[in-house]
Amino acid sequence: MSRSTSGELAAQRPSPQRKLNFWSTVLISVALVVALPVIVVFAHIALPTDGVWQHLASTVLPRYLSNTFWLVVWVGLGTLIIGTGSAWLVVMCRFPGKRLFEWALLLPLAVPTYVIAYAYTDFLQFSGPFQSALRDMFGWEHGDYFFPNVRSLGGAATLITMVLYPYVYLLARASFLEQSVCVLDVGRTLGRGPWRLFFSIAVPLARPALVGGVSLVLMETLNEFGAVQFFGVDTFTTGIYRTWFGMGEPVAAAQLAACLLSFVIVLVLLERWSRGKRRYFHTTNRYQQLPEYALHGWRAAAATAACAIPIIVGFLLPSGILLDLALTQGDSLWGSRFIGFAWNSLSLAALAAIIAVGTAVLLSYGVRVHDTALARFTTRISAMGYAIPGSVVAVGILIPFAWLDNIINTSLQAYNGQIIGLIFSGSAFILLYAYVVRFLAVSFNAVEASLGKVTPSMDAASRTLGQTAGGTLRYVHTPLMRSSLLAAGILVFVDVMKELPATVILRPFNFDTLAVRAHNLASDERLAEASTSSLAIVVVGILPVILLSMAMRRSRPGA
Amino acid sequence: MKTARFAAPVAVALASSAFASHALADELNVYSARHYDSDERLYTAFTEQTGIEVNILEGDSDQLIERIQREGVASPADIMMTVDAGRLWRAEQEGIFQGIESDVLAERLPESMRHPEGMWFGFSQRARAIYYNRENVDPSDITRYEDLASDDLGYSVCIRSSNNIYNQSLLASMIEHHGEEGAEEWAQGVVDNMARDPEGGDTDQIRGAASGECDLAVANHYYYVRLLKSDDEADREAARNVGIIFPNQDDRGAHVNVGGAGVVDGAPNRENAVAFLEFLASDTAQEIFASGNNEFPVVNNVKRDPVLESWGNFKKDDVNISILGENNPEAIRIFDRVEWR
Repeated sequence: MSRSTSGELAAQRPSPQRKLNFWSTVLISVALVVALPVIVVFAHIALPTDGVWQHLASTVLPRYLSNTFWLVVWVGLGTLIIGTGSAWLVVMCRFPGKRLFEWALLLPLAVPTYVIAYAYTDFLQFSGPFQSALRDMFGWEHGDYFFPNVRSLGGAATLITMVLYPYVYLLARASFLEQSVCVLDVGRTLGRGPWRLFFSIAVPLARPALVGGVSLVLMETLNEFGAVQFFGVDTFTTGIYRTWFGMGEPVAAAQLAACLLSFVIVLVLLERWSRGKRRYFHTTNRYQQLPEYALHGWRAAAATAACAIPIIVGFLLPSGILLDLALTQGDSLWGSRFIGFAWNSLSLAALAAIIAVGTAVLLSYGVRVHDTALARFTTRISAMGYAIPGSVVAVGILIPFAWLDNIINTSLQAYNGQIIGLIFSGSAFILLYAYVVRFLAVSFNAVEASLGKVTPSMDAASRTLGQTAGGTLRYVHTPLMRSSLLAAGILVFVDVMKELPATVILRPFNFDTLAVRAHNLASDERLAEASTSSLAIVVVGILPVILLSMAMRRSRPGA
Repeated sequence: MKTARFAAPVAVALASSAFASHALADELNVYSARHYDSDERLYTAFTEQTGIEVNILEGDSDQLIERIQREGVASPADIMMTVDAGRLWRAEQEGIFQGIESDVLAERLPESMRHPEGMWFGFSQRARAIYYNRENVDPSDITRYEDLASDDLGYSVCIRSSNNIYNQSLLASMIEHHGEEGAEEWAQGVVDNMARDPEGGDTDQIRGAASGECDLAVANHYYYVRLLKSDDEADREAARNVGIIFPNQDDRGAHVNVGGAGVVDGAPNRENAVAFLEFLASDTAQEIFASGNNEFPVVNNVKRDPVLESWGNFKKDDVNISILGENNPEAIRIFDRVEWR
């Protein structure tokens, strides 16, 4: 994962040249396939745009910039604090409700940003039940009282934080669980209290995981479309959509997307630069039951509250609002059709999760054994799909594959007069491909962070004992990384369940998912009816989240 | 292990190439930007009548257009259905449609609902109306869209974001009637009279006027009807608190828009597609098509929804629908300049 790692590896490896060609070929070709849509989109950059940029720069661009900037800052900070804090509490402390919080803190992960936005808007708006009740209770009228508007930058930042913090929590918790107790014991022996232990040992050791989690959150925030559009907060993403589809300027839109991407690249570089030459490896793998701090009195109460609030705001309350809407009004298609929607969502999500994790392992391990500037670069590019809005990725995929289908069809037509239809772009294949492009970064960050914690001397030992690079991956790394691989799988699974824009554009005939159904109804301003499928996304999403969360806990060595 | 993982997508690709062969037998492939549950009844009725199976792909209009273009010669699309003239125009500009000549359509549909070369046909109409809070507003003060922009209006206005195509088409019609400068002045005037930054959809504007957050609201008529018929008592009460105004009755008429469809260029099932359009113009289909979303049917003497019937006839702006599409990009620029969010 870094230059110094490979330096050490290369120095210790018996015959570094032997398998290089295999790994470098696999690495670069897989990375290129995944990076293809991103490259297609950026191929638009050099084209001229007839003053569209001048128009954008003099009117809306400053607003896009400032909204996007503040959104990213608030969501980044918020998720870092909530995610890391709650993960540390449930791993290291004993307090009432800990067992429950361990998995319940993941629940908001199943709530798509657009769904939480629908739910709170319905509940908190001026004409909604909450403010109406206030007015009835106190006899107020419009203008008599102040109430924060949920449809605002602040509202968007808060709600997005509340459903995205589990990304940080999940990776932070996995990382804290994988940390060797010996390191913490050394800290304790040297007189570090719990707070110092947290800040000077646990957080630095977990840094790659925390950075991975927060950068997932930031990229998710940058390409967030449903909630910000619903709230009327103009960001780069809504701007890209409006420029592309509203003004009919795909070139200018691709250039906006490039700006967005530079933003991400700068963030990533900043973090790498600030990490400097420091590397964090575990030097021992002696695990035992983590000793917990038993909390009492107000400390226990504070810990319970700190874990309960995100769950209530991010999951219980919005689910309750949706449930109420679903029961009182609900979707008229409830029944067997719904099982079809749910099955489509589930099978797509499961397949995509397996493929994305497999690809991530291949890529991150490829970089580990064959670390060149080109390999690192292509891997980075291939993980960029996450920062590009789903609708743009979808078009970037449709262009090459539809072109391929057209070539096939025109040549077949010339040959025997037949048109066989769209093999790639008209089937579920293209959807899975899109999901891997979009969500590779999710699995990649988790896998990379976890791989970074396996010390290079393990590779060296395994190779010295005669294992190939592939064998080392299979028999040494994979078992060590199991919990992180599971975490990566869950994240991709749930992300695919929630994914909207690419699914809408690329799905085959008669093939609707829960997210598509919810979106169709909501875009038609039928929020009450959309509540049924929104709730179904949440329900289908939480079951695997809970199951895998439990599996993760069991998988900790020494636990 | 890895070979097994990569076998999965290959298997999926092979299995799902079943999706690919849609040019067979008696089928019709519809790309639709409409998402009404009544559309299902429409397709079922068509299948019962003709034996032609209907395959549906629903999506956002602009994305469907993009997809048809990319699919090119191999595209399975027969019919493209969408709402709003701006989008029909855009689809036509992109070369999605082919011209259709049909005596049935020529006879059943009024001329304004037919593209001159038969590229697309309108099958339902929606009006962009003004709503007023019954307590705070004297409805006789408001008779035109232009009043919304007046300096001495004395009322506050709720209207949604300019990202929305309904507002874009409304402004496009203003450009047609008042020129670009006049339209920009109008947009600026409306922005100055706004009760709040634009937020939410059309329904939220009506709710805003109902709760007193603003005095006037602009929204398509069917959102109002939907509130009137809602299962939720709070919605019905909101609808009762506002009255509806069809603007510009003494001059050009209220701004109306269409829901329409056309036959896709290179459609593999062209005959079925024409049969489907003709079916949409039949009395049965018109009733389902329009009533599913409380819209106005375009064929005369088709039974209207009772609420619509109670409003009687109103004068509609008969500006050529294509103009709305042509003016759309300029409308967006004006919105950006006057900072109409």
